[in-house]
Amino acid sequence: MNQPRSQGRIAARFAALKAEGRGALIPFLEAYDPDPATSMAILRGMPGAGADLIEIGVPFTDPMADGPIIQLAGQRGLKAGATLAGTLAMVRDFRAEDDATPVILMGYLNPILSYGAERFITDAAASGVDGLIVVDMPPEEAEVLAPGAMAAGLDIIRLVAPTTDEARLPLVLNASSGFVYYVAITGITGTRSADPEALRAAIPRIRAHTDLPIAIGFGVRTPEQAGFAAKVADGAVVASALIDTLAKSLDEQGRAKPDSVRKVLDQVRELAAAVRG
Amino acid sequence: MSPLNQLLKPNTYKSGPDAAGRFGGFGGRYVAETLMPLILEVEAAYAKAKADPTFDEEWRRLLKDYVGRPSPLWFAERVTEHGRAKAEPGKGAKVYFKRDELNHTGAHKINAVLGQILLAKRMGKKRIIAETGAGQHGVATATACALFNLPCTVFMGATDVERQQPNVFRMKLLGAEVVAVTSGAATLKDAMNEALRHWVANVEDTYYCIGTVAGPHPYPMMVRDFQSIIGAETRTQMQEAEGRLPDLLVAAIGGGSNAMGLFYPFLDDPSVQMHGVEAGGHGIETVTGHAASLTGGRPGVLHGNRTYLLQDEFGQILEGHSISAGLDYPGVGPEHAWLHELGRVQYVNATDKEALEAFQLCSRLEGIIPALEPAHALAHVLKVAPTLPAETLIVMNMCGRGDKDIFTVAGHLGVKL
Ligand SMILES: Cc1ncc(COP(=O)(O)O)c(C=O)c1O
Repeated sequence: MNQPRSQGRIAARFAALKAEGRGALIPFLEAYDPDPATSMAILRGMPGAGADLIEIGVPFTDPMADGPIIQLAGQRGLKAGATLAGTLAMVRDFRAEDDATPVILMGYLNPILSYGAERFITDAAASGVDGLIVVDMPPEEAEVLAPGAMAAGLDIIRLVAPTTDEARLPLVLNASSGFVYYVAITGITGTRSADPEALRAAIPRIRAHTDLPIAIGFGVRTPEQAGFAAKVADGAVVASALIDTLAKSLDEQGRAKPDSVRKVLDQVRELAAAVRG
Repeated sequence: MSPLNQLLKPNTYKSGPDAAGRFGGFGGRYVAETLMPLILEVEAAYAKAKADPTFDEEWRRLLKDYVGRPSPLWFAERVTEHGRAKAEPGKGAKVYFKRDELNHTGAHKINAVLGQILLAKRMGKKRIIAETGAGQHGVATATACALFNLPCTVFMGATDVERQQPNVFRMKLLGAEVVAVTSGAATLKDAMNEALRHWVANVEDTYYCIGTVAGPHPYPMMVRDFQSIIGAETRTQMQEAEGRLPDLLVAAIGGGSNAMGLFYPFLDDPSVQMHGVEAGGHGIETVTGHAASLTGGRPGVLHGNRTYLLQDEFGQILEGHSISAGLDYPGVGPEHAWLHELGRVQYVNATDKEALEAFQLCSRLEGIIPALEPAHALAHVLKVAPTLPAETLIVMNMCGRGDKDIFTVAGHLGVKL
């Protein structure tokens, strides 16, 4: 129960929302999807549309935990030239005008190792990144990154799954900071919807082991689901539903159309309204 | 990073992996939390099965009566003569083939599949999934599932489905469902991604049967243990044939399971040298033109383990290329990465062209049509045998037969079937 509470933007934002008496909306975008300018415009527009925290996906060729929607977003991003360095540059540009909205990078370990773990930690912290979700880095394999990241003030946000049993929960939670990301379904992103009853049972089970805020993701698509998730827990992550909207807005060549950014941000607004409900 | 790169010479090369599933700095369990409980369950179940003599008995009964083990150790006299004809006097090593191509289903894959299916039964799993590249592991898994009456789903890259039609049909005849994977580059690595994704979504009743010494711990260890029957038999058979240990072992490396199986029982015999032959494709100097992860890649994390990978400067995984669909995997088993860094095994490569020549030569000299994978091993044997003293004993793992490859080879030779 004694996880070190980080004092950065993530902790500050969750504390402020708690005082307001509501949960967080955490929308997701994939870096460079479908091109750097469009994804930058979506990122810039998100706080104004009601994003409380923002998750940025870092494209990887082999996203093991992602369903088709995010896989394709990653492929579009890579085709547009996405790199870890390019993603950090997006955050740096974003920070020039927004110093309060927490930004979390979500991705896979190999691009980070390739960049160099230590150099990545330094550059991510300097760019204004607040937290990291490294999908294929369970606590057992975290030594390469987690201690250094935490020392640099970067939160290590961990996934907890329905299959994470009582014996494993403390191990995972003790290695977490910032918030806990509860994976609402047994499966990959964007494939099923979360079952409200299961969530009602699952969240208290995690609360018994941690003081950290809990956000629910994988399977939160509609405003109703987001509103519910933000109530039963402390936040709702919406990824595939937003990327779906972006993907459907593209032309036949996969290029953004003039209304692509607006369509995504309108959806963020609807989700935000439901979370504020 | 330093703990990952530690390279202490061990007292034994057979101690790996440690409790964390590491071979030196390689291996491990780099999987999403959603998968972690599953692989821990497999690890516990395997440890229990290993300690139970009835598990081993049942597996060995199947190997003997269903697979046809032990596979013979064949003195390849004409290949030996062929090498000697080109060699200086007194040179030209004696070449033996370990004939795992005679196994039921035509390759070594069945050895580890049967072990894993028995494990799945013990775990109470009701259905089996597998990934496949060339289709050999898919066929072996479909076969074992038919035998044990378990539903089987095989994930295969859409590109491979196209170029391996006979094996796709075989799997279907055996009652398996074949899923053509279109994600990513639609080849073996994507088939493995898709199998892992499917597994996460079907935790309760499904066992994932991995086809090589890759993936998260305990798979590299478990598949190696099962495949070690190859090396263990070779040891006994060579003792009978020549009264001593072999001098050089040669095996092709895709993920590395047939090679680990041959090498492992000899790792602590200093007189035994080992060469792993990776797929040189169009030549390892051509970017994405080969599948030689150890010679042409660098360490990284993919499919649950840290190992040598074909990747670009940003850590994005590259496609491998080989004439052999069973070798073009962009990674390699973590134990090989470790043995490579320790220098215990030498990793070399053979090109598409060399493999194709060895394929034809073997057919004519020995009356054995090899799979394109061991044809790579043979291409290397043909290079080194003439340079070695005549009393040198080489064992090459003939890990698969070439029936599956005749269409590919015909295509390359310009023959229309
Ligand atoms: C006959 C044969 N040999 C070798 C391989 C490569 O796998 P491994 O390196 O795990 O033995 C395959 C894979 O499909 C195969 O079918």
